[in-house]
Amino acid sequence: MAEPMLKPPKIAISPVDWMRRNLFSSWYNSLLTIVVGYLVVTSVGPVFSWLFFEATFLGTDSSDCTGTGACWLFISQRLNFFIYGFYPDEFQWRVNIMFGLLAVCFVPQFIEGFPWRKWFGLFGLTGLPVVGYFLVPGGSFGLEAVESSKWGGLMLTLILAYIGIIASLPIGIVLALGRRSEMPIIRGICVVFIEVWRAVPLITVLFMASVMLPLFLPDGMNFEKLMRALIGITLWQSAYMAEVIRGGLQAIPRGQYEAADALGLGYWKKTGLIILPQALKMVIPGIVNTFISLFKDTTLVLIIGLFDILGTVQSTITDPAWQNVAIEGYVFVAFCFWVFCFGISRYSQNLERKLDTGHKT
Amino acid sequence: MKKQTTESRPAGPKPWYDPRVRSLVFQVVAIALVFWGGWTLVDNTLSNMENRGISTGFGFLKETAGFGIIMSLVPYDATMTYGRTFFVGLMNTLLVSAMGVVTATILGFIIGVARLSRNWLVAKLALVYIEVIRNIPLLLQIFFWYFAVLGSLPSPRQSVEVGGSFFLNNRGLYLPEPMTQEGFGLVWGAVIVAIVAVIGLRAWAKKRQLATGQIFPTFRVGIAILVILPVVAYLSAGAPLEWELPALKGFNFAGGITIIPELAALWIALSLYTASFIAEIVRSGILSVSKGQTEAAKALGLPGGLTLRLVVIPQAMRVIIPPLTSQYLNLTKNSSLATAIGYPDLVAVFMGTTLNQTGQAVEVVAITMAVYLTISLLISLFMNIYNRAVAIKER
Amino acid sequence: MNNTKSIAAGAVMLCGVLAAPFASAATTLESVKEKGHLQCGVTSGLPGFSQPDDKGNWTGIDVDTCRAVAAAIFGDAQAVEFTPLTAKERLTALQSGEIDVLSRNTTWTLTRDASLGLNFTGTNYYDGQGFLINKELGVDDATELNGATICIQAGTTTELNLSDYFRAKGMEYQPIVFDTSEQTVQGFAAGRCDVLTSDRSQLAALRSKLTDPSSAKILPNTISKEPLGPVVRQGDDQWFNIVKWVLFAQINAEELGITSDNVDKMLKSDNPNVQRLLGTDGDMGAKLGLPDDFGYQIVKLVGNYGEMYNRNVGPDTPLGLDRGLNALWTEGGIMYAPPLR
Repeated sequence: MAEPMLKPPKIAISPVDWMRRNLFSSWYNSLLTIVVGYLVVTSVGPVFSWLFFEATFLGTDSSDCTGTGACWLFISQRLNFFIYGFYPDEFQWRVNIMFGLLAVCFVPQFIEGFPWRKWFGLFGLTGLPVVGYFLVPGGSFGLEAVESSKWGGLMLTLILAYIGIIASLPIGIVLALGRRSEMPIIRGICVVFIEVWRAVPLITVLFMASVMLPLFLPDGMNFEKLMRALIGITLWQSAYMAEVIRGGLQAIPRGQYEAADALGLGYWKKTGLIILPQALKMVIPGIVNTFISLFKDTTLVLIIGLFDILGTVQSTITDPAWQNVAIEGYVFVAFCFWVFCFGISRYSQNLERKLDTGHKT
Repeated sequence: MKKQTTESRPAGPKPWYDPRVRSLVFQVVAIALVFWGGWTLVDNTLSNMENRGISTGFGFLKETAGFGIIMSLVPYDATMTYGRTFFVGLMNTLLVSAMGVVTATILGFIIGVARLSRNWLVAKLALVYIEVIRNIPLLLQIFFWYFAVLGSLPSPRQSVEVGGSFFLNNRGLYLPEPMTQEGFGLVWGAVIVAIVAVIGLRAWAKKRQLATGQIFPTFRVGIAILVILPVVAYLSAGAPLEWELPALKGFNFAGGITIIPELAALWIALSLYTASFIAEIVRSGILSVSKGQTEAAKALGLPGGLTLRLVVIPQAMRVIIPPLTSQYLNLTKNSSLATAIGYPDLVAVFMGTTLNQTGQAVEVVAITMAVYLTISLLISLFMNIYNRAVAIKER
Repeated sequence: MNNTKSIAAGAVMLCGVLAAPFASAATTLESVKEKGHLQCGVTSGLPGFSQPDDKGNWTGIDVDTCRAVAAAIFGDAQAVEFTPLTAKERLTALQSGEIDVLSRNTTWTLTRDASLGLNFTGTNYYDGQGFLINKELGVDDATELNGATICIQAGTTTELNLSDYFRAKGMEYQPIVFDTSEQTVQGFAAGRCDVLTSDRSQLAALRSKLTDPSSAKILPNTISKEPLGPVVRQGDDQWFNIVKWVLFAQINAEELGITSDNVDKMLKSDNPNVQRLLGTDGDMGAKLGLPDDFGYQIVKLVGNYGEMYNRNVGPDTPLGLDRGLNALWTEGGIMYAPPLR
C-alpha cells in the first residue's frame, strides 16, 4: 500500500464550534449535556478525593490511616501477600524472573515494528511454560521445592490463566476440527463434548474437579488441588476455544480447501499447512478475548479454597489489624484486573483492525 | 491397520488409502475409545464408592432436609425433603436469572444507543462504563455490591422509610404486598377480555390497512383497552385489594414483600456486568444496518420514529440475536456465583448444603449439571426459533 | 473426544506441568510413607483450630492433631501438608482420597459415621453450639430470638441444630448461609444478621475478628453437643487405629504427667504405663504398624493433650477458653482415653 503523499488538511474547529456541534446541537441535547455533566461533576469529585487527595499513602499500620479517604497502606503493607501468596520470601526471585520473562515476551507485542517480535511471542507460548515448570515449583536443578499449596495471589491468577489458555489451545483445535469433520460419529462426539462443557457453569466444573475427580480416577492416582483446578479450567476453556477456532475455519473460503485437494494434499497436510495457519491467524483476536474472559474467571477458584489475588484480599480484609478496608481491597483487585484486561483488549482490537483486510466473506 | 472391507475393487486404492475405509476405522476407534473411557470412568467411580462405603442412589431426595432456607418461591420449611430443596434452589436460580435478563437487556440497549449518541458527553460516558465494567471480574463486582454497599446501609431500626410502606435497611428492601380479596376474580376476567379484544383489534386494523391503506393507532388504543377494562372492573368490584405493609416486629420487618440483599447484590452485579456486553452487541448491530436503508426510508417519507421501528431495528435484531442469546446463557450460568454471597440458588442450596448433609456428591453434581444443560438447551432453542422468525425471508 | 478421553488427555498433558504424585499403595499408611508426608484437611482459617500465617505456616489444635500423627509415623512433626477446605468440601475431599485425615473441627454424628463411609477416630475438642449477638439488641437468652436473622456457615451440623432448636421452641428465624467462617463474620459485622451461630469455641475466635469485639456477646445457651474430632475413611482399620491411638496417647500422656519438657527424663521412669507409652517397654507401636517410640515422638515434638490445648485455645491465648468439658476425667472433665496396653 502506498502512503498518500499529502494528508488531508485538518478542518479547523474552534472549541466553541466543537461544543455547539457535539454538546449543544439541539435543546434536547443541551438539556442532556447539562444533566449528565452535573451528575458526572458531582460524583467524580468525591470519588477522586477519596481515592487520592484525602487518602493515606505513607505509614506502617492502620493507626496511620487518619484521613477520611482511602487507606492505601493496607495494600502496600500486604502487597507481598497479594502478589506471591504464601510463597517463601527467599525464593520469590524465581517468581520475579517469570514475571520479567512474561513482560519481555509480551510487551514487544504492543510495540509496532519491534525486532523479532514474533519470536518473542512464540517463545512466550512454548518456551516460557517449560522454564516456569522448572523454576516455580522447584525440586530440580538444586532449587528447593515449593509445594503448590503455598502459591497464591497475583502469581497464582497468572499461572491459572496462562496454563489454562496454552493447554486448551491444542484441545480446542482438535475439537474444532472434529466438529467440522465429515465423519458423523466424530462430529457427534465433538458437538456433545463442546455443548456440554459450554452449558455448565465454571463453578460446578471447579467443584467437581476439586473434590470429585479423585473418585473418578483409579485407586491411588491423585493430583494436587491446583492441578485438578487446572484440569477443570482447561477442559472447560477448550470447549470455548473450539468454538472460536471453528469460527476461523468456517471463514476460510471454500476455494482454499478445493485448491489444497487439487494439489493432492491429504487431510492432515491440507489442514496443517493450508487451513489452520490461515484460520488461526484470523481468530487471534477471538483467542485473546477468550483469554480475557478466562483471566477474569480465574477468580472463581477462591470458592474452592485456592488463594488467587481476590482470595488473598478477601481473606485479609477480615484481619482485625486492619479495619474497614474492604473497599480499598476490592478497588485494588479491580484495578489490577482492569489494567490487564483493558490493555489486552486494546491489543486485540488493534489486531482486529489490522487483520481486517482481505478475509471478509 | 485393520482390514475392514473384504470387497476387492480391481483398480481401487489399497484399503488403507481408501478414505471411506479410513473414516470407518477412525469412527470405530473413536467410539470404542469413548465407550472404553466411559466404562472405565463409571467402573472406577462405582468401585471407589463401594470401597469407601459411600451410599449411592437417589433415595436421599425423599429424606427430610432439616435445614432452613432464607428465601423460597415455593412453600418450604425444614421438615420437607431434599428433593424440595432442589426445587427451591432451582426456582431461586430461575428468578434471579430472569430478573437479570430483563434489566440487563433494557440497560444494555440504553447504553448501546447512548454509545452512538451524537452528544459527545453521553457517548463517552457510555464508553467509560463499558470499558470499566466488562474488564473487572464479575465475582469481584458481586462482592463489592454485597459487602461494600451492604455495610453502608442502616440497621432495621434506622431504616430509610418512604411513606410508611417502603423500607430500606441492611436486611433488604421491604415493599407492600398486594393481598387479593373476594371479588378479585372479576379483575382477572377483565384482563383476559382485554387481551382478547386487543388481539381482535390488531387483526381488524391490519385487515383495514391492507384494504384501505388507512393506519389505525392500534398501539395506543390497545394500551388504553388493557388499562381501562381492568381498572373499571376493579372499581366496580369494590376495590377488592388490600396492601399488606411491612412493619418492624422484634428484630426485623415482617409482612410485605422482601428483596433480600443477597438477591439485590447478585441482581445488580449480573445486570450491570451483562449490560456492558449487551451494549456492545447492540452498538454493532445498529452499525451493521447500512446507511442506505435509513436514507431509503427517508426518501419514502417515513418519519424518524417509524424508520427506527420498522427499518433499522428489525434488521439490527438479526445481527443482535445470536450473541445476545449467548449473553443470556452466560448470565444464567454466572448466577451460580450466588454461592459466594449466600443467595440460596441451586448451587448454594443443592450443591452446597444438601450435598454436604447427604454426602452424595456424584448424584447431586450430576443433577445440578443436568439442570444447567437443560436450561442452556431450552434458551438456545427458543432463541433459534425467534431467530428463524426474524431471519431474512428471500422472496 | 468425550469427557473421559479428554480428562485423560488433559491429565497426561498437565501432568508435565505440575509433577503429580502417583502413588498406588494398598493401605493409607503405606501410601503416606511413600509420599513422605501426611495430607491433612483443615479449615481455611479459624484461629485456635487451624490458621495459616502470612507464610503459610499452620497453627491450631486441629493442626497439632495432624502433626502428632506425622510425629508418630515419621518422627517428624513437620511432615504434614495441609489442604485448606471449606465446610462444604471437606467430607467429599476425604471420601475421594484427596486427604489422608480430616482434622477440621468436624462434628461426630451417626449419619457421617454410617452413610458417608467415614470413621471418627475420637474427640479432640468437646464443643456445643452457641450464639453470638450484638449487645445493642439487649437479648440475654436464646429463647428471645424469635424472628431473628442468623448468620451461619454452610454445610455444618449447626445448620441442622439451629433448625431443630427453633422448631422445638416454636420460633421463627431467617438463615443467611455463607461458605466460609470469614464471610460469616463479615456478614455479621456488616449488620446482615442479628445473631451469628456456630460452635462456642469458634464464637470466641470469630468475635476476636470483629472491629470492636466488646460490641458483641456470647449468649449462655448451648443448644447442641458437638464432639469435634479427626476423621478417616472407612475400610482401612490399621489407619483408623493409628489416628485413634495417637490422640489417646496424647491424653494418656497428660494423665501420666508426661510433657514435652520432661519426656526425656521420663524415659528412665519405672512406671510401666509410662514405659509402654514411650516405647521403652513392650511393642505397642509395632501392633499399630508404627515405630515403638511413637508415643515419645508425639509428646516430644507436639506435646500431650493439655499442652496442645493450652498452646492453641487455652486461657493464655487470645481465645481464652477454659478447659471445661475438655479437662481430663480426673479433673472434672470428660477427656478420657482407654488404657494403652
